Amino acid sequence: MSVRRDAKEKTMTTNPNQGRSFISDCMRWSLSGGIGFKIYIIALLAVMAVGAFSYTRQFQEGLIITGMSDIVSWGLYISNFTFFVGVAAAAVMLILPAYMLKDKDLHEVVIIGECVAVGALVMCLMFITVDMGGPLKVWHMIPGIGLFNWPSSILTWDMLVLNGYLALNSLVPLYILYCNYHNREPVGWKYKPFVFLSIFWAVSIHMTTAFLYQGLPARPFWNNPLLGPRFLASAFAAGPAVIMVVLIAIKQNTKYSVDEQIFLKLKRIIVVSAVINLLMLFSEVFKEFYTFTHHSLSAQYLFFGLEGHNSLVPWIWTAISLNIIGTLLFAFDPTKGNPRYLMVAAISLFTGIWIEKGFGLIIPGFVPSPMGEVVDYAPTSNEILITLGVLATGALVVTMLIKPALAVLLKYKEAKAKILK
Amino acid sequence: MNSSKKKEGMMKPENGEKKISRRSFIKGLSIAAAAGSAGLVTGGCGSLGNTEEMGLKWEEYFKKNYRLMSQKEKDETVARLVRLAKMKDDRDIQMSNAEPRENVLYGYAFNISRCKGYMDCVEACVQENNLDRKSKTQYIRLFEMDSGQLDPTSGDGKYHHEVPVADKFYMGVQCYHCENAPCIKACPTKATWREPDGIVVVDYDWCIGCRYCLAACPYWGRRFNWGTPEVPEEEINRKQHYLGNRMRMKGVMEKCTFCVQRTRQGKLPACAEACPTGSRVFGNLLDPDSEIRFVLKNKKVFRFKEELGTDPKFWYFMD
Ligand code: SF4
Ligand code: SF4
Repeated sequence: MSVRRDAKEKTMTTNPNQGRSFISDCMRWSLSGGIGFKIYIIALLAVMAVGAFSYTRQFQEGLIITGMSDIVSWGLYISNFTFFVGVAAAAVMLILPAYMLKDKDLHEVVIIGECVAVGALVMCLMFITVDMGGPLKVWHMIPGIGLFNWPSSILTWDMLVLNGYLALNSLVPLYILYCNYHNREPVGWKYKPFVFLSIFWAVSIHMTTAFLYQGLPARPFWNNPLLGPRFLASAFAAGPAVIMVVLIAIKQNTKYSVDEQIFLKLKRIIVVSAVINLLMLFSEVFKEFYTFTHHSLSAQYLFFGLEGHNSLVPWIWTAISLNIIGTLLFAFDPTKGNPRYLMVAAISLFTGIWIEKGFGLIIPGFVPSPMGEVVDYAPTSNEILITLGVLATGALVVTMLIKPALAVLLKYKEAKAKILK
Repeated sequence: MNSSKKKEGMMKPENGEKKISRRSFIKGLSIAAAAGSAGLVTGGCGSLGNTEEMGLKWEEYFKKNYRLMSQKEKDETVARLVRLAKMKDDRDIQMSNAEPRENVLYGYAFNISRCKGYMDCVEACVQENNLDRKSKTQYIRLFEMDSGQLDPTSGDGKYHHEVPVADKFYMGVQCYHCENAPCIKACPTKATWREPDGIVVVDYDWCIGCRYCLAACPYWGRRFNWGTPEVPEEEINRKQHYLGNRMRMKGVMEKCTFCVQRTRQGKLPACAEACPTGSRVFGNLLDPDSEIRFVLKNKKVFRFKEELGTDPKFWYFMD
């Protein structure tokens, strides 16, 4: 390992102020870019500003300006929260092969997966916050100064695992990048244990979120043992699809080269998960409609409408179509990895899963109500603007993290190549 | 939680270190947050001039969960709320924090063969509990049912016609005060709990409005304040209880409390008192001579969604 020793020697000669320069360099890298990049950032900031403004309205008037009601008491926010927990968890599909199976190709991009996970988690926490009736009282949930209903409430578990995963997924890449920035190889024992922990943790964030719904006896549509596993399968299809879109964007817009192999491997992961997801979907639909019971009314509402209420019907069929189309596009790829083709496949797959895991899962859980009422839910424009604001924030976070990460990696690669010569 | 200096000095030594550190932590937190959020916490800038009001709101914001308060702290918060109602709305209220009575476990029984669907109970509940008139919040709902049904979900909960209707019967539903309540289990902050007398309550000041309890309740027993509730000033019931009918704010959960403000004074809940047909039986399950015990022993009783194992303290019966 002469590379490593050389790299180490090189660090000795660099100046001691590098902690500070690491931060300032990263900031510089994340903000610099061409005109296209500037427009993109300004557009994101504009959407965020509109979202923030809409939120001040909601803050003052209460959740009354959303489309939610006592019957459908969670809506667009929690739907998106649920989906993005999956995206966050899906980083594990890169982490696992990269670190555990020592896959060289995926190791190249694992950091991007982790950045996407951080962005997704930031969105999750924001979605929960905007959904709260008393956001200023969140300190009631902080263990120690508040009153934490642990272990009884699954929501407290969810808080713990989400924040824990956020910490793991920020600190590990930060450490690795920090080392690379200083032309050092990261020290295995200092971060590997956390990598293993984060693999276990990724599964747990998603299962816990599923248990949030699965554990409610009041809602037969959710009270279904397949919910957790199906969450995972759909997440492991949608998450890598999101990451794939990010990778294609990087490949086309930056100097950073993304190897063909990476796309092929991601494609394989997506196909397997997407097929399992479809199988489970089929199993659920079979259970609901072959033996039609009182408990199947929610599914009836979702797929065919109930008592003339059918606002979800077009959504769920669009979702299922996109889901199937995306899966087929990935499974039978005649272009053998053409980025444009993959982009279409990935977007159709994750849009399908986004609708299905969001709207298609949360809303019908509430309809019919425990007292048999059937009402429709439609988000208000204010709610949609806040949601867009949160999504834009997530995109901004991902961008701001990926840019310096790639710059560091690129620099490190070059330095390594030089030393090898 | 009380952050005024004077009271800190008065702290008894046996209250221990833990409290002090908790207190100073929150104090630190409050100082840090003060500049930015004072306006938010106290609900807009408006009357920044009124320092007493600001101070009271501030102390309210940093108080504990009601269940963790000492008796003195409970008295203080009630006094603050009374004072605030006077200052903000020039409203004179009486607020009680009466504790559960000894050896009492409340139970409720509903006579489905007697109820005629008049809705007097609903009306009385709305008045008594200061329910939001704007959104027409109701804790109690009456379902009009065809004979042969015993599940209110198959009935009509929105009938608007003259009652009684021949061949129909009526079933009232509300929070059932479950012994094994899914709503309590779900709440992440312990803002909702079951009192020793069996009443399931919400600390409105502690609820963060996540609505997880609402999703967990199999009986649709909970109502959320999507906006700020409105009650015409002259209709406000000024006899209030901290855990009961005091004025709610936006963004918090509420529910039937068996009229805790009345029942802890030995009175009947407003619905039971208002019912013209005597279909509503309320009383102490621990008292062998109570009417509710007589009903449970001698009538044909059943509970709704028994299979969920929530063990409601609410029964239906027939004559
Ligand atoms: S009826 Fe619902 S709100 Fe009332 S105690 Fe039972 S679960 Fe809780
Ligand atoms: S809405 Fe309030 S009472 Fe209900 S679970 Fe959330 S914090 Fe608890």
